[in-house]
Amino acid sequence: MVNKTSFLPTLTLLFGFAFLYAPIVILIIFSFNAGKLVSVWAGFSTQWYGELLHNEQILRAAWVSIKIAVVNATIATILGTLGAYGLSRFGAFKGRTLFTGMMTAPLVMPDVITGLATLLLFVGIGWTRGMSTITIAHITFSLAFVAVIVRARVSALDQSLEEAAMDLGARPVKTFIVITIPMLAPALVAGWLLAFTLSLDDLVIASFVAGPGASTLPMVVFSKVRLGVSPEINALGTLIVLLVALCIAVAAWIFHRQEQERLRDQQAAERG
Amino acid sequence: MVNKSSWFAPKEVPYICIENVTKRFGGFVAVDNVSLEIHRGELFSLLGPSGCGKTTLLRMLAGLETPSEGRILVDGQDTTNIPPYDRPVNMMFQSYALFPHMTVEKNVAFGLRQDNMPPHDIDARAKEMLELVQLMNFAKRKPAQLSGGQRQRVALARSLAKYPKLLLLDEPLAALDKKLREQTQFELMNIQEKTGVTFIVVTHDQEEAMTLSTRIAVMNDGVIRQVGTPSEVYEFPNTRYVADFVGSINLFEGDVTDSPDTEHVTIRSEEVAVEFKLDAFVELPIGAKVAVAIRPEKIAISKDKPEQEENICRGKVDEIAYQGSLSIYQVELPGGKLVRVTAPNLTRTAERPIDWDEEVWLCWGRHAGVVLSD
Repeated sequence: MVNKTSFLPTLTLLFGFAFLYAPIVILIIFSFNAGKLVSVWAGFSTQWYGELLHNEQILRAAWVSIKIAVVNATIATILGTLGAYGLSRFGAFKGRTLFTGMMTAPLVMPDVITGLATLLLFVGIGWTRGMSTITIAHITFSLAFVAVIVRARVSALDQSLEEAAMDLGARPVKTFIVITIPMLAPALVAGWLLAFTLSLDDLVIASFVAGPGASTLPMVVFSKVRLGVSPEINALGTLIVLLVALCIAVAAWIFHRQEQERLRDQQAAERG
Repeated sequence: MVNKSSWFAPKEVPYICIENVTKRFGGFVAVDNVSLEIHRGELFSLLGPSGCGKTTLLRMLAGLETPSEGRILVDGQDTTNIPPYDRPVNMMFQSYALFPHMTVEKNVAFGLRQDNMPPHDIDARAKEMLELVQLMNFAKRKPAQLSGGQRQRVALARSLAKYPKLLLLDEPLAALDKKLREQTQFELMNIQEKTGVTFIVVTHDQEEAMTLSTRIAVMNDGVIRQVGTPSEVYEFPNTRYVADFVGSINLFEGDVTDSPDTEHVTIRSEEVAVEFKLDAFVELPIGAKVAVAIRPEKIAISKDKPEQEENICRGKVDEIAYQGSLSIYQVELPGGKLVRVTAPNLTRTAERPIDWDEEVWLCWGRHAGVVLSD
């Protein structure tokens, strides 16, 4: 039903969109600014993209960030999955409630505390700070997110599938690999992507535990911005927004295809 | 046809022995000191309401639960502590538990692949199983692309593929609609006869148990109440519980008033002011409190007074349920007790032979009732 006299819903919708996306739109527009000043429009240009690609410092930091994010996401997914599976499938062992609580604690722990605590640990045991320390610190908090996602999926999983596999002669480890992991795949992918994003995005914890020569992209961006926002950073921001939008589009397309396949299967089943 | 004699021959060594098996979950006793002997080639049913322990017993046979006490022998081998993946026993799950990411063919072959069989033999056996359940044309489909009945058959083929010594079926027909269920019952019996595998079926549906089984064990509260062939359990229930759970029955409470020998008894029921003269095997003193159990189809209903002098009473029709092949009458006796009577509709007529609120006569023979003393 269309109510032409009421402009209030349209207005609130516009306001909502503006609230969410206006800053990003401004960032994108100014990444194409020809002038050096960030807040004054001086004509269209793509020169900052060119300069970005020749900025060694930013490229190196991006590479460091991606390496850390990939290693972090992979290890956090493995550990988080094992933890989640153990918590929901191995019955009520002694200390399960405590362990469940402790595992999800990093979800609500302020980054400053996590960063400070891990820094104190590394200093205490004399571990040289660098990429490895950032990766370890990232794993400690991102595995909690993976565990939460995977646990939801494990509890929704029909346990008789695993029982059937064992009944047919598959040993527990084989059952886990050929039945449980394929069933958990969507949660594992989601958990991996989330851990990857969290790591790529983290500034606070990385700042605490980073050492000389290991600066992540957010750290470099932040330190640059303190000296004044450069249009190069806008260009970088635009590229990241583009990448994220692309990922979302691909995910939506895959989801849409799966849905269509499911509908086709259903029709095939009804036809018999 | 299967040779039925084996489970009537107590001397033969049973194929599956469940010896004093108890299962406790914390303080709750799910299965309480159950002993059963099942013969090779039987189609044995565990019948009972939900929560009676029948599924727990089945899961112990599969190795998915370990008994707290007692042991389970399959073909002379003690399997009590053998893990499920090393047992010569397979199970068909209530949810079918088909692997959704594998095709029908891969599902059926799954068990064979775990045994490191040569690929050629695996293909041949999987094909043979798909032929057995008539799903050759569906080999490449995923479970999601099948109807409920087809999924059931894939699950059956998968669980039979490894030549199990014993096949366990957990509510095999519960997920199917009524029409398909009746048809599948016969298919299941057919496949059991063809393969000769010993089946143990868990069901809460007494009709299903009676249709399928060579013998039935009626369970309640973790205990087996009665074991027998379908007709034994139906015609000679040993307790009020079994009489009531298997089919419908009329129970009349009364006292033994006369018992000249062990095969003749007279029971007086104050509740309905009727005297039951029965030829039933009882060894009870005069005055013992008993119940007479009579199935609805063992009571005759008529408008005219029957010729017999004993086992007869009057009543008024309270309800009629016309079901096509037969009608169920609920008759109110003078004391207010409601008695259920079924009668086949033998003549083709649109009029009711007996109508609501009509005065009728009920009568039954000397062999119609069972005397229950529990």
